[in-house]
Amino acid sequence: MTQNPVLEFDRLVIAQTSGGKSILNDISLSVAKGEVLALIGESGSGKTSLALSALGRIRPGLMVRHGNVRLAGLDMIRATEQELRHRRGKSISYIAQSAAMSFNQRMRLDRQVTEPAAVHGAMPAMAAIKRAHALYASLGLPDPGQIGARFPHEVSGGQLQRFMIAMGLLLDPDLVVCDEPTSALDVTTQIEVLRALKTGIRENGTAALFVSHDLAVVAQVADRIAVLKRGDLIECASTTEILENPQHDYTRELIRACQRWPVTARDLVAKKPPAAAEGAIEARGIVAGYGSVTNNKPKIEILKGVSLNVARGRVVAIIGESGSGKSTLARVIAGLHAPAAGTITLSGKTLADRGSGRTRDEMRRIQMVFQSADTALNAKHSVGRILGRVLDFFGDKSPGRIAELLEMVNLPAEYARRKPSQLSGGEKQRVNLARALAARPEVLICDEITSALDTVVAASIIRLVEDLRDRLDLAILFISHDMATVAALADQVVVLKQGVVVENGAAPDVLLRPQADYTRLLLGSVPELRIGWLEDTAPGAPAL
Amino acid sequence: MIGYLIKRLLLAVLVLWLVSLLVFVGTEILPGDVAQLALGQFATPESVATLRTELGLDQPAALRYLDWLFGILQGDWGQSITTKTPVADMLSQRIGNTVLLAGTTTLIATPLAICIGLLLSLGTGGWLDRLGSITILGLSATPEFLIATLAVLLFAVKLYWFPAVAYLSPGASWQDTARALFLPVATLVIVVTAQIARMTRAIISNLLGQPFAEMAMLKGVPRYKIVSQHALIMAVGPLANVVALNVAYLVSGVVVVETVFAYPGLARLMVDAVQARDMPVVQACAMVFGAVYVILILLADTLADLFDPFLTTSRKATGQ
Repeated sequence: MTQNPVLEFDRLVIAQTSGGKSILNDISLSVAKGEVLALIGESGSGKTSLALSALGRIRPGLMVRHGNVRLAGLDMIRATEQELRHRRGKSISYIAQSAAMSFNQRMRLDRQVTEPAAVHGAMPAMAAIKRAHALYASLGLPDPGQIGARFPHEVSGGQLQRFMIAMGLLLDPDLVVCDEPTSALDVTTQIEVLRALKTGIRENGTAALFVSHDLAVVAQVADRIAVLKRGDLIECASTTEILENPQHDYTRELIRACQRWPVTARDLVAKKPPAAAEGAIEARGIVAGYGSVTNNKPKIEILKGVSLNVARGRVVAIIGESGSGKSTLARVIAGLHAPAAGTITLSGKTLADRGSGRTRDEMRRIQMVFQSADTALNAKHSVGRILGRVLDFFGDKSPGRIAELLEMVNLPAEYARRKPSQLSGGEKQRVNLARALAARPEVLICDEITSALDTVVAASIIRLVEDLRDRLDLAILFISHDMATVAALADQVVVLKQGVVVENGAAPDVLLRPQADYTRLLLGSVPELRIGWLEDTAPGAPAL
Repeated sequence: MIGYLIKRLLLAVLVLWLVSLLVFVGTEILPGDVAQLALGQFATPESVATLRTELGLDQPAALRYLDWLFGILQGDWGQSITTKTPVADMLSQRIGNTVLLAGTTTLIATPLAICIGLLLSLGTGGWLDRLGSITILGLSATPEFLIATLAVLLFAVKLYWFPAVAYLSPGASWQDTARALFLPVATLVIVVTAQIARMTRAIISNLLGQPFAEMAMLKGVPRYKIVSQHALIMAVGPLANVVALNVAYLVSGVVVVETVFAYPGLARLMVDAVQARDMPVVQACAMVFGAVYVILILLADTLADLFDPFLTTSRKATGQ
């Protein structure tokens, strides 16, 4: 126990109100003045519930069964609504994961950022605005005097996240609770926001509770790390201690999952060389976007002449930031989005722009796997019925096909009777893959299929995709924003920036010897699991 | 914004033209020959034929439609077959009465309902919310004729406080008019307030479950401010549409209440005209109702857009 803690969790037990299953077991932790404590764990570890309890917020459906949370001496669990309100935003503040959803879309940013000052009567309105503008400047927001007059949708995602940090720091709280503050951002934005956040915390001497699933991110900001697994506190020690001398197997597993980056030549020996044969699927000069098309150019251009091809037995990864056109390209190839110009050929035969113009067999040969299995699978149908529908649609009558498909994705045959709600996230994604495989495709398009999964589960899905590529000789187009995943799976890497291919080559070439500046920036922005990486990486031009 | 409004207005005109087509075709399909009906059962075939020629019913339907449409555009709604007076005169008197009834009801019910809805959202799940929600649900499920009949029985027949028949005599003092209007307005206020309050509560509760509301709470914003500022500003669009539909109902759908109180409104005029096969009046009423819906929804959408900075910016961006 540190002396004179700002925040103290004392044998806290939080449980679900229905069923009474506890989601946090006997948690005792404390944060000292000016200290940054990280809570790390995968989804379902209870880290967000623990973080929110520091603000005295217990979400509907949960209850505190035992223990308490003290903020500067006040029991936040048993405090009155009034007492909580006086502390929230003033002595403790919250920075949420999704700034886009946490800001009111219809109020100007200045008003929302300075709202804590207004509701607490902490400082005059003009002083609050001045303080906010000073924070914008120190957080690296452009035009700090003016930008706050905008509405949330008029700034970028990374800028919005910085507004939320400014809001959290406005009244100089004793503690800020940051819940995955950078997880929804692109790597290049994440590094900037992380830097801004660290500066903000350090300059003000604010203590922080930093929640994340990403050990590499946490290693950049935390003094101490607490590891949570399914509601249990596994271990808690200084950052150096955790990274260099982890006591628990689970911690070691988390570290291993993070050490996939940066990649070395040795990690990439298994890559297949570019295929000599022509691509199974080929995109040539694809221009696509939204709005009316004039002169083969849509009003809002997303893809500006993209060409690539994927051979059978190869995985081609597309990397790029959000808005680069990755998903649009996938949708164009699948026939879900008609391009304004360019052609798609499947084994040498040109396909119709729209899915409706393609034959059923052409549709069968190109299958898509979507990011979220939760929305892609019908929750009311059993797994067997979900797969059976595809088989019926393509007239596949081979006996035992459903069991065979489940076996392909390493699920037991009896899962056919289960509903998606009875499966874990990883299992659902396997069914999602099996659904695509049911059509016996030649080309598989995977759109961010691992981004909703925890690192350990994602790793097993990657191994599965690799196995399927070899077993079924599939041409796989793999879209991802996660470089470590791409490095583990891709034979060839295509880098997309604002609808233009800036680099396209064999995986070892692109990942180890990137030619384009943008590729270098992208690769250099992926956090490495070592203390001091953030400081070593110069803003805007990461060292290589 | 101006360009967008013009586009919407043109669209509204198009919709109204389609409505006029539907109305005309609809009245054509209605059974019963107008001339035969006007002259009664014992009319000779010759006199029926003469009247048909007189009314222009022997002309082809397309020609009569165009005739009617151009008449409307010039403000000529034709002549009532039963009363032989210009439809426009009949309409203008009834429109005044309907505007009086619907307008008074709207002005009372809308602020009242939104306040009740917000008040209930303040303590979602509390005793006030539960009691209020059940009452509102009960009232909106009660048929309006029941409320109207009970109101007449209690306040007119038993207590003699208000007249049972809301007859508006021309030149009556405003006190008399107010007394005459009281029961129908009160009935409609109850019905409409229950509807709008229920929707307000549902819309606000839904918004309060969203992350921005939790964020406001974690900033220390008191709940009444979260409801009245953060959630209300987001609710403007859906609320405007709820109110618009309720006002449209007050104009066109209150025939039952008008009948109970013998109130000379538009809805009753239309029902009477349908019974008498007075097609010019039916067509005129239908056109007025169509126009009221189109205009109210246009107003609601415009109001919703004014409160949505996202739409304003994106229109600026695409030059609309």
